[in-house]
Amino acid sequence: MSPTPQSPPPNSAAPTAREEILARIRRSTSGHARPAAEVDAVSRDYLTAHVHDGLIDLLAENLADYRAKVHRCTRAEIPGVVAKLLSEQGDRSVAVPDGLPEAWLEELRAPEAGVTLVPDSAALTATDLDAVDAVVSGCALAIAETGTIVLDAGPGQGRRMLTLVPDHHICVVRCPEQVVASVPQAMPLLDPGRPQTWIAGPSATSDIELDRVEGVHGPRRLDVILIEGEAG
Amino acid sequence: MRIALFVTCVNDVAFPSTGIATVRLLERLGVEVAFPEAQTCCGQMQYNTGYPAEAAQPAAKFARDFAGYDAVVVPSGSCGAFIRDVHPKLVEGAVPPVYELTEYLLDVLGVEQVGAYFPHKVAYHPTCHSSRLLKVGDRPTRLLRAVEGLELVELPGAAECCGFGGTFSVKNPDVSAAMGADKVTHAVESGAEYLVAADNSCLMHIGGTARRSAAPLKTIHLAEILASTVEKVLA
Amino acid sequence: MSGTYVGMPSFPDAAHRATRDKQLRANLTRATHTIRDKRARAVAELEDWEGLRQAGKAIKDETLAHLDDYLLQLEAKVTEAGGIVHWARDADEANRIVTELIRATGQTEVVKVKSMATQEIGLNEHLAAEGISAYETDLAELIVQLGDDLPSHILVPAIHKNRTEIRDIFNRAMGHWGRPAPEGLTDTPADLAEAARLHLREKFLRAKVAVSGANFMVAETGTLVVLESEGNGRMCLTLPETLISVVGIEKIVPTWRDLEVFLQLLPRSSTAERMNPYTTTWTGVRDGDGPKQFHLVLLDNGRTQTLADEVGRQALRCIRCSACLNVCPVYERAGGHAYGSAYPGPIGAILTPQLRGIATDLDRSLPYASSLCGACFEACPVAIDIPEVLVHLRAKVTEDAKEHGGHRLERTAMRAATYAMTHPAAYRTAEAAAVRARKLIPKKVPFGAGKAWTETRDLPELPPQTFRQWWKETHR
Repeated sequence: MSPTPQSPPPNSAAPTAREEILARIRRSTSGHARPAAEVDAVSRDYLTAHVHDGLIDLLAENLADYRAKVHRCTRAEIPGVVAKLLSEQGDRSVAVPDGLPEAWLEELRAPEAGVTLVPDSAALTATDLDAVDAVVSGCALAIAETGTIVLDAGPGQGRRMLTLVPDHHICVVRCPEQVVASVPQAMPLLDPGRPQTWIAGPSATSDIELDRVEGVHGPRRLDVILIEGEAG
Repeated sequence: MRIALFVTCVNDVAFPSTGIATVRLLERLGVEVAFPEAQTCCGQMQYNTGYPAEAAQPAAKFARDFAGYDAVVVPSGSCGAFIRDVHPKLVEGAVPPVYELTEYLLDVLGVEQVGAYFPHKVAYHPTCHSSRLLKVGDRPTRLLRAVEGLELVELPGAAECCGFGGTFSVKNPDVSAAMGADKVTHAVESGAEYLVAADNSCLMHIGGTARRSAAPLKTIHLAEILASTVEKVLA
Repeated sequence: MSGTYVGMPSFPDAAHRATRDKQLRANLTRATHTIRDKRARAVAELEDWEGLRQAGKAIKDETLAHLDDYLLQLEAKVTEAGGIVHWARDADEANRIVTELIRATGQTEVVKVKSMATQEIGLNEHLAAEGISAYETDLAELIVQLGDDLPSHILVPAIHKNRTEIRDIFNRAMGHWGRPAPEGLTDTPADLAEAARLHLREKFLRAKVAVSGANFMVAETGTLVVLESEGNGRMCLTLPETLISVVGIEKIVPTWRDLEVFLQLLPRSSTAERMNPYTTTWTGVRDGDGPKQFHLVLLDNGRTQTLADEVGRQALRCIRCSACLNVCPVYERAGGHAYGSAYPGPIGAILTPQLRGIATDLDRSLPYASSLCGACFEACPVAIDIPEVLVHLRAKVTEDAKEHGGHRLERTAMRAATYAMTHPAAYRTAEAAAVRARKLIPKKVPFGAGKAWTETRDLPELPPQTFRQWWKETHR
């Protein structure tokens, strides 16, 4: 369709793909010139949230519905819960993102814990991480209605590969300040400039007979710790 | 109110009993029905097969034939939906107000109990155009539940298309037949003696499939059940 | 009626075979019914579903109405964030661009996350011919690739295979491509998933280049979004040094906020989940996190041609959820391969003939691959009126046939019917003749449309009197 000459000279006048596609679009939409004032005319006749109360219970319920393991505790109890979850799985090494509160791993620092802490660094490769059993992270926020936690590479969350390659992910959510009801409430709080990973339960597939089974490439075990009580 | 019957071309030739039942039922309910004899067809077959220009002619004729009537009653969800949704795209000017039979009974006459008697086990098939285009909803089953002696049983996979689809049934005969066979299987599973619907074209396909496979199933148009009385059960 | 009603053999021919394949029928029925019921429950949870659906429709219509503006905005934002944008008029151009980008990295293998756009342009086949191995990493795509098969569903490309068939494929083929299937592999989905994990892990760790598509591109921010379940997407989008995303130009949404609509519509419509397990968003490249190089290839390949059709353009709203496939009675019986395209099912029946045109028997037959039951429109989360577009495309097919002298008998029959329908005397004569001849109609008609009908169905016995005759006798 393009009027390309037989042997285009350098800097020829033949339209580039970009020019041609844009021209085709303008022809197809009758050369619509957009009025400067016209922004968002979309009617948004839907709810900002479907629930307003009991968000933490709902978050716990929906996470569990998609096979995440949910634990609720106080801030003071985190070190014990983390240590227990690692030992349950027999994890011997755990990746630690920059900015993760040191207190969370307190119990692991004792030599008798038998767990190697692997701090994140630019030198840590995916192959290195493949030999690491677990990762502990925080999150940017959590969405109650959909049972979703969102990571945005902020402090305590690390590079994306950190929470991807190890087979066991323990994620801590501060409640209630990190919990929103719905997707529409989450969007304005998230910065699109940062890479994000939205997680709803451990890795799963519906590819065999359209029946959902858990556990393919991402972490096969997802523990979510909801900390309540002592905000701040 | 001047009420006209649009019997539809399929009913006129192949299922006159449905037209007769519709007239008897309406007359029993005190409605005076006219039958404009110039009427022929709504043009749906041409339109849905890809011939809109050819469909526009019967559509224009329909508007002429039924001009001046306050209501046109159609014992077919499919034709009713086509006239209501597509005729305005094909012809200029007003399209006569069309009611599928169950809409007319419930929405205009306001009658749910039509005094019918039909002592049989019946399953209702909500044909696609009745349910998805006309959105007749529970009107047919409300009317059926009010019929004396009738036992309404649930049809498994009721919302699934029977596979008729007009010329689809001959352009894609294998898929159409497979869908029809599944519909018959479900109807037989329901334990019903009769499968009832408000569209004879679908029933022609389902009934023809049932007869070929000697399935223990009869098909009947809703109008014929509603027209049946203690004195005379049509079936 | 005459034999010409069966004028377009391709879809019907493929369906003829598929409807006789008992295993295929059983696999499809089981899978589509499983997801159908789940989807209905997931949708019923949201009382504002219709509002979301209408908003999704409106956002996509706005995108299409100003597609040039949004593409330029997207290009500027991606470039600003360190990505490189390429434009491809057609499949060949896109394949060439991707090949050159891979060549420039010095690599001869790439990992891929499932993408409809790269299936549409036949990228894997093109790369293979250029000596580059492309490994599909989605479980279903892996099954298809290892089985030397073709995808048959948008979401679940191996829907036509059951668990036992999948185990046999893994046992047979995994060893040729990399790590063999574990000894004593069972056909439980968990074991099969584990085998895929082991097989692909070495590929993920080794890969330097990944190829992806995208579910959405946000014009306002230059952000790309991929929804997935298994984590293979995260692996491809995060670990390699170079990421090449091939995305159709219609995949744009204007604003970041618009995602709030689609991140509710898409998971519930496709896998029937409140939220899919993993969603990744990225904007250009980010220091120390993810690929160092990001290329975005914007693909036309028939989309602008589709945009020119005022009725047909609504197909470009599609977000590839596959809800229409899962509720379609025709898809369930014919299977995805019968549609002869990366896009099967109802959406394929309207998208393929618009993207490719109607030059082949197959493409001309697709608009007829529907009983117009309307289940697809009801399920579509962006309210694409698929039956309306099907009928519109049928008219294009018959119009095209008129110009090229095809379908002559069908057109003649339609005209004859129209003549009879608009001339009452002729109509009454034809009716009366049919009734008189009723005893002559055989149980099985040996040719044409009559044959197609009477192979499996009896014709109704015509009664001795038409309604019209009864009316005359009783009401005059």
